Amino acid sequence: MQVSNKLTPFFENLNFERDDNTMVINFGPQHPSAHGQLRLVLELEGEQVVKAYPDIGYLHRGIEKMAENMTYNEFLPTTDRLDYIASTSNNYAYALAVEKLLGIEAPRRAQVIRTALLELNRVISHLFFVATHALDVGAMSVFLYAFREREFAMDLMEDYCGARLTHSAVRIGGVPLDLPEGWLKNLASFCDKVDYELEHTYEALLTENRIWKMRLEDVGVISAEDALSWGCTGPMLRGSGVKWDIRKEEPYELYSELDFDIPVSDRCDSYGRYKLYMEEMRQSTRILRQLIPMYDDTEPQLMAHAPQYISAPKEEIMTQNYALMQHFVLVTQGMRPPKGEVYVATESPKGELGFYIKSEGEPYAYRLKCRAPSFFHTGLLQKLLVGTYIADVVTIIGTTNIVFGEVDR
Amino acid sequence: MRKYVPKDNVQKKSYYTDRFHVVPRVPREKVEDEHFVSVVEALAGDVKESYIEIGQLVLHINPEDNFKVLKILKEECGYTQCSEQSAVDYLAKDNEFELFWQLLNITEAKRVRVVCRLANASAIESVEPLFKSANFAEREIFDMFGIKVNNHPFLKRILMPDDWEGNPLLKTYPLQGDEFASWYEVDKIFGKEYRDIIGPENRDPAKIDVEDTKRFSRVGYEVEFGADYSTEEKDIEYSETLLVNYNKKSSKQLDERR
Repeated sequence: MQVSNKLTPFFENLNFERDDNTMVINFGPQHPSAHGQLRLVLELEGEQVVKAYPDIGYLHRGIEKMAENMTYNEFLPTTDRLDYIASTSNNYAYALAVEKLLGIEAPRRAQVIRTALLELNRVISHLFFVATHALDVGAMSVFLYAFREREFAMDLMEDYCGARLTHSAVRIGGVPLDLPEGWLKNLASFCDKVDYELEHTYEALLTENRIWKMRLEDVGVISAEDALSWGCTGPMLRGSGVKWDIRKEEPYELYSELDFDIPVSDRCDSYGRYKLYMEEMRQSTRILRQLIPMYDDTEPQLMAHAPQYISAPKEEIMTQNYALMQHFVLVTQGMRPPKGEVYVATESPKGELGFYIKSEGEPYAYRLKCRAPSFFHTGLLQKLLVGTYIADVVTIIGTTNIVFGEVDR
Repeated sequence: MRKYVPKDNVQKKSYYTDRFHVVPRVPREKVEDEHFVSVVEALAGDVKESYIEIGQLVLHINPEDNFKVLKILKEECGYTQCSEQSAVDYLAKDNEFELFWQLLNITEAKRVRVVCRLANASAIESVEPLFKSANFAEREIFDMFGIKVNNHPFLKRILMPDDWEGNPLLKTYPLQGDEFASWYEVDKIFGKEYRDIIGPENRDPAKIDVEDTKRFSRVGYEVEFGADYSTEEKDIEYSETLLVNYNKKSSKQLDERR
């Protein structure tokens, strides 16, 4: 470690001036294509990357530390700030982990709403991916079109929970609100719109586009074995020919009742992953369409009945003394789950989002570990970037679809 | 008398606990699943304790066996992915860490958690040769808990700056940060002697200092930085570019989403 003072400030022991032919450059943390606060230190030989060192931590807020100092319900809105592109999937992964710990299950209507929100978030996130990935590679117009549809999806989220980015739309034990009037009708028209635009706009603009193909084909190739070893999940793993989707293999919510396919690509490159994202959006709209008729057959109950852990509905709190007392204790002290540990994995748009919770029976989690897919995808960059050209670095960062809220936590 | 505050765990604690409150435990089931039984058999001598907790097999091992156990799990039992690995701080209670590795078998769709207890100030063997995901995960353990990992190719802080002091996820580390953390930027950029001049960081995001003419305290009454604002006029004319004449009739509200 070098000794730093005012004249020779601490600079991470990096020697930018090399005696040999290599050059060291800093990519980020302010680079617009770095998807947030990624700093890549690249060692170049000519235009070829010989060594890549992803430096993260610029968005570190200590969310796991905060979890140890917050009651379980208090922490839920903080999970919004993990993967801020699709907040509901974080809320849901956390809520599911706590529910598994408590041994409760959300009522049917809440499950329908949650699954719909999760899939809507997947579409939002994937649209964001296509938009920014295309923008990074140089296709500006796709960005504008994709953000238009994303705006409609965010309007739907706003209609449901009032927020556009930080939803907190899922609670431990269910959902706080029922769907507003006409929401499902809007959802159906949104599905039609996305399906139409997918075929006629994004794919028409990109899939056979000569420049797009040249920039993406055989760029960022990762074998199935490497993908597994580096902890890749989600589209990064399926893009390498491994058919693994937690929604299918370890079904949660209503996924076991729904009919959908898992797209897999064995191209192992960025282009294959792009096609995968497009196909996943189609599958998401397919799931959303199936959920719409399911809603009407459900009872109106929205939160699980577990008075020890979860407050009674507002009506009961206002009319029954005991419910009010329970509610008071749960709000002021927080719920106390049983002693034990749980790891629950869910399929977030980016990959496997898991929460490990260690409970010692206190209202505060003893340890909470958030297994963020992007964290491991960022780690993969040090392998993936070696041997590629500097112009492809942006494409590869784009194709990993990393979001720094969950990399740094 | 001053209230006693334990120094070994400064995390938030519940202010009231019912005297008769008995904490239940999540049920630990016996290993009966066919696949899990074969896993436990493959690791016969190395497993101290095994049970199923919430659908996943938990294996307790000795910390020195971690590489061996994970190698068997990877090569013989098909656990090809290490989803997650991290530590839990039990220094206050037992003076040791609990380390866990969360493994995934994608052909059987099964998950195993390998758990070990590591004594304070001792090192663990890296599993990076088996699972490359350990590269980042072990750096995070090192950063957050200060646990040394032997034979890691590049053991360096990952989330915190390299010249940081302290390990944030230890129970002894306060949520708001310690003395070093609160003066980190000042010490680094200006030097320790500037602490008195600059003063401690204000963490109240809503704080407005009337004397500070720079930071939005005088919106609408802006003056130059450090200028005297005591004699200025009170009637401020807003710029036309900001407040356009809003005509309700010319705008249209859609009845339905387009």
